[in-house]
Amino acid sequence: MSLKKIILLIYILLITSLFADNNKFEVLEIYKNLRCLICQGQSIADSNSDFAATIKLVVQDQINEGKTKDEIYSFLISKYGEWIVYQPTFNKNNFLLWVLPYLAFILGGLIIFLIVRKNKHNQAQ
Amino acid sequence: MKISISQIIAFSFVVFFLSILWLGLKNNNNYDTKSLIGNKISNFQLSSIHNNEFISDQVLKENKFTLINFFASWCAPCRAEHKYLLNLSNENKEIKIIGINFKDKKNNAISFLNELGNPYNFVAKDLDGKASILFGIYGIPESIIVNNELIIIKKIVGPIDQKQYEEILRLIQ
Repeated sequence: MSLKKIILLIYILLITSLFADNNKFEVLEIYKNLRCLICQGQSIADSNSDFAATIKLVVQDQINEGKTKDEIYSFLISKYGEWIVYQPTFNKNNFLLWVLPYLAFILGGLIIFLIVRKNKHNQAQ
Repeated sequence: MKISISQIIAFSFVVFFLSILWLGLKNNNNYDTKSLIGNKISNFQLSSIHNNEFISDQVLKENKFTLINFFASWCAPCRAEHKYLLNLSNENKEIKIIGINFKDKKNNAISFLNELGNPYNFVAKDLDGKASILFGIYGIPESIIVNNELIIIKKIVGPIDQKQYEEILRLIQ
């Protein structure tokens, strides 16, 4: 086997393994964002329960069918409700949940700004 | 005492957060499936535990009401609810009962039905449990009642008891 062929083979193997790892990483990310409904504070990734095992099978099947992460979440939400996902989708019911951290950040910044300005003003006097 | 704007903002913020926490504590955070009532069940096709016959969602459209019951021979509460399924099957022709045998061995499931009686119009198998996800099941026994438009009108998590049996009768009348 020539050196060129060996290098090509190694290249193909590396690319394949990289792709496989990415896929594995994506699957794990999905498992981690899914709540095990029969467990106490565990995600599907953390749980070895029967329910978690079945959800893992279904997610794996859907990935093999070419479904995207969002499509998988939508499917499971349609079956179990929003509670199944740890990261809730943005809608009118959880609008505050998404906006509040940004609001807290802006207001916190505003308070700090006002305090600093006041201190500077006092020092100037 | 002079109150500054930043103090008002900080105070409002604390009050707001405490209100959110109080509301959060007041709400029941236990998972339930009530929100799924009114949803349509997915398309499905499941094979019988007895032979090579299949059942699909299309068949359920022919029934006025269908109760889909997930059971297994290894599930003790399934034994407890079985008499109610038998009563429903014997005394009411408005509702058809489909049993989905969940993660079970064929012989054990057949022995279970021979011993306690068979209330099901069709018994399908779900060897790996994947079909249960299609119906939003997370433990057994669980039952779903759908109308002829395949819309979920009732979901029972856990074994059917006398109270739920009466509710089913009221619902299908």
